[in-house]
Amino acid sequence: MRVTFTANGKPVEADDVWEGESLLYVLRERVGLPGSKNACEQGECGSCTVYLDDTPVCSCLVAAGQVQDREVRTVEGLADENGELGLVQQAFVDAGAVQCGFCTPGLLVQTDALLERDPQPSDTDIREALSGNLCRCTGYEKIMDAVRLASARTCERAASE
Amino acid sequence: MSARTIQGQKNLQDIRQASKDGIGGSPLRPDGNLKVKGEFAYSSDMWHEDMLWGMALRSPHPRANILSVDISEALKVPGVYAVLTHDDIPGTKYYGLEIQDQPALAIDKVRYHGEAIALVAADHPETARRAVKKIKVEYEVLTPITTEEQCLDPETHGYVHEPHEYKSHGSGNICHSQKLVSGLGVTDEVRAMADVIVKGSYEVGMQDQAFLGPESGLAVPSEDGGVDLYIATQWLHVDRQQMAPVLALPEEKVRLTLAGVGGAFGGREDLSMQIHACLLALHTGKPVKIVYARDESFFGHVHRHPATMTYEHGATRDGKLVFADCRIVLDGGAYASASPAVVGNAASLGHGPYVIPNVRMEAIALYSNNPSCGAMRGFGAVQACFGYESQMDKLAVELGMDPVELRQLNAMAEGDFMPTGQQIDSPAPVAELLQRVKDMPLPPPLDLEHLDVRTLPGALSNTSHGEGIVRGIGYSVGIKNVGFSEGFDDYSTARVRLEVIGGEPVAMVHTAMAEVGQGGVTVHAQIARTELGVEQVTIHPANTEVGSAGSTSASRQTYMTGGAVKLAAEAVRQALIEKGRRRYGWQHRDITLVGGKVVSEGAGVLVPMVDLLGDEAIDLTREHHHRPTVPFDKETGQGFGHVQYTFCANRAVVDVDVELGLVKVVELTAAQDVGKALNPLSVVGQIQGGCTQALGLAVMEEIVVKDGKVRNASFTDYLIPTILDTPPIPVDVLERPDPNAPYGLRGVGEAPTVSATPSIVAAIRNATGLALNRVPVRPEHLTGTL
Ligand code: FES
Ligand code: FES
Repeated sequence: MRVTFTANGKPVEADDVWEGESLLYVLRERVGLPGSKNACEQGECGSCTVYLDDTPVCSCLVAAGQVQDREVRTVEGLADENGELGLVQQAFVDAGAVQCGFCTPGLLVQTDALLERDPQPSDTDIREALSGNLCRCTGYEKIMDAVRLASARTCERAASE
Repeated sequence: MSARTIQGQKNLQDIRQASKDGIGGSPLRPDGNLKVKGEFAYSSDMWHEDMLWGMALRSPHPRANILSVDISEALKVPGVYAVLTHDDIPGTKYYGLEIQDQPALAIDKVRYHGEAIALVAADHPETARRAVKKIKVEYEVLTPITTEEQCLDPETHGYVHEPHEYKSHGSGNICHSQKLVSGLGVTDEVRAMADVIVKGSYEVGMQDQAFLGPESGLAVPSEDGGVDLYIATQWLHVDRQQMAPVLALPEEKVRLTLAGVGGAFGGREDLSMQIHACLLALHTGKPVKIVYARDESFFGHVHRHPATMTYEHGATRDGKLVFADCRIVLDGGAYASASPAVVGNAASLGHGPYVIPNVRMEAIALYSNNPSCGAMRGFGAVQACFGYESQMDKLAVELGMDPVELRQLNAMAEGDFMPTGQQIDSPAPVAELLQRVKDMPLPPPLDLEHLDVRTLPGALSNTSHGEGIVRGIGYSVGIKNVGFSEGFDDYSTARVRLEVIGGEPVAMVHTAMAEVGQGGVTVHAQIARTELGVEQVTIHPANTEVGSAGSTSASRQTYMTGGAVKLAAEAVRQALIEKGRRRYGWQHRDITLVGGKVVSEGAGVLVPMVDLLGDEAIDLTREHHHRPTVPFDKETGQGFGHVQYTFCANRAVVDVDVELGLVKVVELTAAQDVGKALNPLSVVGQIQGGCTQALGLAVMEEIVVKDGKVRNASFTDYLIPTILDTPPIPVDVLERPDPNAPYGLRGVGEAPTVSATPSIVAAIRNATGLALNRVPVRPEHLTGTL
């Protein structure tokens, strides 16, 4: 089948898609967006998290056909138009929250969504919001730091605007 | 001091300030931006025009004879390009890290659940999956050999490898063994010297590395008949060394380039899909990509050896250890992998960081029909640490002593001897590390008035509102060796090039080091900046065009390949200064490179590096060898076997819901001596990550194997700590330089994974009063429903 949707603001089209293919597979293997990661492909790790019409979802659990005519935003869509890092991305780099980085794309999307809902989450709110995103390298402490940093910068930015 | 000298030093100060991104600083990762943009190319992201997808058929049985394999139906599936069995292997059929006992594809029998039997290459992963299902294998299913008792009685239960096939020095299902005796050993007379004796039996379950990036890679056949493999691994050169004979190719025709690695933790030390992808690529003449699904990943790599251990410790009434008697049995599974090294570590480190005058120790690894086990972070030392630290707590109770004081009383220090006879010839601040974790402020007590259920045992499941919750505190300390031991010369190679690019001096560092997330690339750039006084450093992709960097394991990379980068950079610096001496006739003895300039402490700036370099590039390669070690004597375990030791201490605070058997680790504190923190941010990150894997082993992680079959090959059933399971991890980094090591540094990655597990179990014991002699601790162990 053919699937057409919007990925990071651009229309994309994938042909010869097998019905069983996931959105994750289409993104990674068919439309050249391998940023979303494939650590479990069964909804357990969060490394494939993308926005589907503004809601973060595990793209490995979304059948490709379900995204027809919808909007998808991936980690590749978090940087601004000039390729400058987005605020959450910069905070992850600055805080040392990236080791192997395989969990990072999913965490970035999930964090972006969290701060969108609540720019000043408590530590426990952060832990709850990110509890579906596994990281095997960092022990999460630097990820906590990164989210706190991103939160502080978001609030600063809001105050100065 | 002359005015000129003072001016010279002031100038240098200004220049030095610019190079804050050298060693001791925490510059950001060079690959960080790519990783947060989703542009960093991991091995599973590799893509090639016209590529095929490879997949393996794996055995559903842990032990069986293969009577026949029929691939004809699979070959008929449209879109299938090849179906291969061991008959299609052009070269030697066996490989292995230390012992070549593992067939690349099963030959006539399978020895573990998940062993690869045949391979398919097809145009789509689903096509490959369907074709795999069409391969017909006729098995004669045999009763698997899975328990220690069965393994040690091959006459009754059979051999995993028939005696004539033995490639290890073992026999009768023993893959490797190591004994050790020090002092008087353990005799009745020695026992009589102790006022108090404690005994215990302990078990450690099979842990998985569970790196997030699945085993994957892309093999591209080349015109010269060779193959290029883009691969996530821990050691490019040793992969190639194992692959080339199987592919019947000379090593130079097997070219490996490191693709992005999504974590490793020992699980990528062995080959997984490397040979399979290359066989398919060479056979079809097309690029072949293989990406394991998570369940396949659980079958596709080796795990941490499960262990059963018996310990007996004797001490005087005032707490001085008199003897330790230990036996550690490690289940190595079907193939040897790194079992010999794991045994060596267990035997030589299994007494812990303590001075014990009399020790007897035996460690063995078994062959069984359970999943193969090999390297995982802290290997050999992790299992033992749970044993000896449990014993220390038992002894403290028996003596009525404070558990930290008992440990401190017996803690080893610089100048002491290991039971192997090796003297500890660099700082070993074991007692101080314990003191440091003890002195850290405790988290606030459980506040039943203002509680947030999300922070309690059971967390989001909302299982408790504070009732039935008891808090406990526990301590532990551990020892790990750094680098490859027992006479192995695990050298590293580095190439450093200095040239002018865009009007600036730029250093390029080229090694075959596998960056698996640990931050070696950051540290290499820092070393080059420090040694060459430049700001701009590029890191060349890691490949087999340069000499071996050894493995990214055993906490060795910063020590070994970092050391090689240092040597190569020093050589480049020397060459540049010599060039200046020849050109300008400098007589100063203290010439160095700082801030892009050639300087002398006395005379200040001599010349900008760009002027001296001109169009010339200085490009030098150096090897770094650590000091030699020797194999342990097989019977006595004596020998200067290890390069370096590293120590970490922990304090764990836990809340236990004693009614439901749920545990929440509230805080896990670590203090570690790192010699010199080359990159403090990364060092802390390594320690926190290491502690978290230890937490996993303490309370959640185990591959459940029943009758040789893996029952939980998924992240639904094999649980690793989430951010809700993981507490704050305050880290105290101590820097006591090791005079034998580059910059005085000490390997960092493994010590916390060794030491943290027992502190958590000790805290749970403290809360519940239960004996708890097995990890992971499960709810049923706490509620008595087992
Ligand atoms: S890959 Fe989708 S949740 Fe793991
Ligand atoms: S950084 Fe490796 S999994 Fe999170």
